Amino acid sequence: MIRIDCPWCGKRDEVEFTYRGDATVVRPEAGAPEEAFHDFVYKRANPRGWHVEWWYHGAGCRQFLKVVRHTMTHEVRSVVRATETPEVPAE
Amino acid sequence: MRYSGFRLFAEALRGNTGWKPAWRDPPPKRSYDVIIIGGGGHGLATAYYLAKEHGITNVAVLEKGPIGLGNTGRNTTIVRSNYLLPQNHFFYEKALSLWEGLEQDLNYNAMVSQRGVINLFHAEGARNAAVRRGNAMRLDGIDADLLDKEQIRAMCPLIDVDNARFPVLGGLMQRRGGTARHDAVAWGFARAADLRGVDIIQHCEVTGIDVEGGRVTGVQTSRGPIKANKVGLAVAGNTSRLAQMAGFDVPIESHVLQAFVSEGVKPLVDQVITFGAGHFYISQSDKGGLVFGGGLDGWNTYAQRGNLPVVDHVWSAGVAMMPSLSRLRGLRQWGGVMDMSFDGSPIIGKTPINGLYMTAGWCYGGFKATPGSGWCHAWTIANDAPHKLNEAHRLDRFRTGHLLDERGNGPYPWMQ
Repeated sequence: MIRIDCPWCGKRDEVEFTYRGDATVVRPEAGAPEEAFHDFVYKRANPRGWHVEWWYHGAGCRQFLKVVRHTMTHEVRSVVRATETPEVPAE
Repeated sequence: MRYSGFRLFAEALRGNTGWKPAWRDPPPKRSYDVIIIGGGGHGLATAYYLAKEHGITNVAVLEKGPIGLGNTGRNTTIVRSNYLLPQNHFFYEKALSLWEGLEQDLNYNAMVSQRGVINLFHAEGARNAAVRRGNAMRLDGIDADLLDKEQIRAMCPLIDVDNARFPVLGGLMQRRGGTARHDAVAWGFARAADLRGVDIIQHCEVTGIDVEGGRVTGVQTSRGPIKANKVGLAVAGNTSRLAQMAGFDVPIESHVLQAFVSEGVKPLVDQVITFGAGHFYISQSDKGGLVFGGGLDGWNTYAQRGNLPVVDHVWSAGVAMMPSLSRLRGLRQWGGVMDMSFDGSPIIGKTPINGLYMTAGWCYGGFKATPGSGWCHAWTIANDAPHKLNEAHRLDRFRTGHLLDERGNGPYPWMQ
């Protein structure tokens, strides 16, 4: 069970949230080449380690959050608002 | 040594002193024609079919632990070919036809049991989808039968067909589907490949893939460097990491899928049955334990363990479908790390690196595909081109837009 410390609501169980994938990918400009859109939709680092990801707090504040979580230990290191850039540990 | 009833009898009289290890334990050579990374079902099957179908026997299978203990040992052992899309029909039907002759081919009891797979439906829309899928299967020569509520009641008396919330309207059945014994599949392929000269090298972890001028030249391992003309990846769960060693990213995320076994009971469930109103599927092993599983935990992970919210969901769905399950105790629970691709279908074929091939992105379909995956992967390696059965499963389909999205979910791996 993951517990996510929502910046608005405090620490809540994962069942209140919906996972929305890798938060490091950025949508390219409308005129960008096809390759950039391929990478945006399909290219993922899929790291075994720290992962920055979107979580939607549907059963709480209904805000999108950026969560830094480890994909082996499931430790949640930091949770920030969608507009912020979280610090990602090196290891 | 050939296995047979006579051999069993003769060994019983001799105190079982004549049995030999089922495969050798050779040290790695300096070079091979082909190296297969990953000693699970898919890797061992690839090596076997390379030797058997293509006469390529200077092959090594490298496995970081003992063989068959990754996803081959972490699934619900279901075999079937009841898909919707023609590209998946022909591929999975090839796999199913190989399952049907596997034991004679390998001279190994893989306990293939064609007990039938039933997908229940609980609403008109779901019935329409089942009819459509069943018709699509029959048009491509695959068996499918539509069962009504009373047939389900007669065949599966423990299912709560009159459930107030999710009444069973019927089911789509593939009678040729069923189960197999996961360990025996890995061991059978290992033994048969070894007999044809393949080196199965356990406890040999690949730490790097050597690429020179866009062409693979060998691998770095925990037991030293090994040269190879061609390398095949069969490392579902860790495909991203191995591909990154060769310098490219794949459209795959790693997710955990859980499964469970109950305490052993007398025969209760004669088929493989899937619930249509939640993610739940169940069969009964020959030891009597009910084997069942559900959906993904839903977020990227490499940890081979599941989490409680999905445990709760799976058991709840199971009790809704078959209320008597509530009286059973769980015996074991495990999690396997899936390669979840972005369209829910596997990737078998060439990669951007010459001489490097992959069978990956297996999502929920890895175990049932084992012989077909190995057969197609071996063909692709031997001919440096995909067979027509896996031509559609190429890696570059994500660039060209030729996706194989069975469920129409869109590019979200955790929803496939």
